[in-house]
Amino acid sequence: MPRMPGPMAERTRLATAGAHAAVVGNLGRQPRGDVWRGNLFFALLLFAVGLALLGLVALIVQSALKGAPAFSTDLFTEGPSRVNPDQAGFRPAIIGSLYLIAGVVLLIVPLGVGAAIYLEEYADGTRWWNRVIELNIQNLAAVPSIIYGILGLAFFVRGPLDLNFVVAAGSLTLALLVLPTVILAAREAIRAVPSSIREGSLALGATQWQTIRRQVLPASIPGIVTGVILAVSRALGEAAPLLLVGAATFVTADQPNPFEGGYTAMPVQIFNYALQPQDEFRVIAAAGVVVMLIVLLAMNSFAVWLRNRYEQQW
Amino acid sequence: MKKPEIDVSGVREAGAVGSGKRKGAREQIFELRDLTVKYAGQTAVKGVTMEIARNEITALIGPSGCGKSTLIRCLNRMNDLIPTATVEGQCLYHGQDLYGPQIDPVEVRKRIGMVFQKPNPFPKSIFDNIAFGPRVLGYEDVEERVERALKAAALWDEVKDRLDSNAYGMSGGQQQRLCIARCIAVDPDVILMDEPCSALDPISTGKIEDLMIELKDEFSIVIVTHNMQQAARVSDRTAFLIVELSASEKERWGELIEYDETDRIFTNPSDSRTEDYVTGKVG
Repeated sequence: MPRMPGPMAERTRLATAGAHAAVVGNLGRQPRGDVWRGNLFFALLLFAVGLALLGLVALIVQSALKGAPAFSTDLFTEGPSRVNPDQAGFRPAIIGSLYLIAGVVLLIVPLGVGAAIYLEEYADGTRWWNRVIELNIQNLAAVPSIIYGILGLAFFVRGPLDLNFVVAAGSLTLALLVLPTVILAAREAIRAVPSSIREGSLALGATQWQTIRRQVLPASIPGIVTGVILAVSRALGEAAPLLLVGAATFVTADQPNPFEGGYTAMPVQIFNYALQPQDEFRVIAAAGVVVMLIVLLAMNSFAVWLRNRYEQQW
Repeated sequence: MKKPEIDVSGVREAGAVGSGKRKGAREQIFELRDLTVKYAGQTAVKGVTMEIARNEITALIGPSGCGKSTLIRCLNRMNDLIPTATVEGQCLYHGQDLYGPQIDPVEVRKRIGMVFQKPNPFPKSIFDNIAFGPRVLGYEDVEERVERALKAAALWDEVKDRLDSNAYGMSGGQQQRLCIARCIAVDPDVILMDEPCSALDPISTGKIEDLMIELKDEFSIVIVTHNMQQAARVSDRTAFLIVELSASEKERWGELIEYDETDRIFTNPSDSRTEDYVTGKVG
């Protein structure tokens, strides 16, 4: 390229100098007040995060220290005892919680995923009833758990189902409690599948159901599973609704049939031990808290790992 | 519920010899009569009347917003996916109105495949991408179909050693040819392509254009393109649409201005607006 003639070069030089000045003016150091405010805000944010973390760490450390004397296999193999803290453990509570959770999973996976598929793939969002359903699900996710306990007592323990105080009633109640969370998570996961995938499938002559079954669902499974795990970990930690639907505080025998006999669960059993007057029982309660925290943290970590590992990048 | 069948028996046999003596009697597969499409009452494309011939490449060109994509999506009822879309007029496929009350859109799409603007492989292996169509349609010879489709899409040599790897590892051009292969694997009658090369580089675009010319012996192809050179290079006939503005300038819709042999559209168009567009004066 030929060199630019004189006047042009002069103009270019001026323009460059002007641009340089403008950049320095805009991108140079900011006024001191702005920097100071920025740092203060950053410090406040750090403080908030730190406080939240501190609470969790304090809880774990305190429980671990307090419960340390009780850590032994007895914790898992022994039933409760009112008189002998040396032989008290969580065996029936652990079994009861496992039963409850199994029931919850069996209920929420088909119901939650089904509802999510309906709302995302079939429901016409312009119809008022679909909007009502949607709004209700979002509201239900925020209803206090004790309300579900009362509902469970009225409908599952007594009332229409008349199951009595059994594990199945507990599972049904907890499933209702976490169902909105599962539906919301599954809807998120289904919505994340781009419409181009649906179009590609439909354009090949696949039916809507084939498209959902073979394209949309497989692609959204990681998100759905993550939502289910988080819901289950919430159900695992709930005590209030279970107290209403019959999780007894003193169960000694393993209860193999979910439709008969009394049952208990980890949080309820911890609650019970913590209420005992003897210090030794409170030690066992603290040990129980540690066990539950470990299980919950493990489940949540697994959910995070699963999401990161299998999340599809579109 | 019994699904209504679209009668295409005998069509393929006629097509096999049809490509050789096309000049004599051109067989029309689509006949659009005064086709108007509206989205939520807003007209997107208005009063299109045209015929689309068998074993030819028909190009739809025109400026943005002229309704090319809307029009092509009518041909396999993809517009059904937009709840507010309504179609007026007739869209005849082998003489049957695709929007007739007896017609099942799923049956329509089995015969009229589509390739989209952005390559949209499924998040599965290369093999499973192609096998998906034959599997859901219940064909037995899935493996042969996959191989045949990949060969037809000139992709076999590039991917035959990695059929099990994820389709997302392919280049954009390969992904788009995979989508074409996916479409071929279910043996459609027509392939619709909605700006198939707009996300691709010139070399990939060239490969897909070559592919289209090869495929037209076996399929009828309708392509929407922004690229006039592309229409000129590959198509036999070209339809030119423009954006029409209402007197109040509140509404705009697409209209078909001229439809003729591609050579005529690009060398000797009868409408001055076509000439302005293809010579680059407007648009």
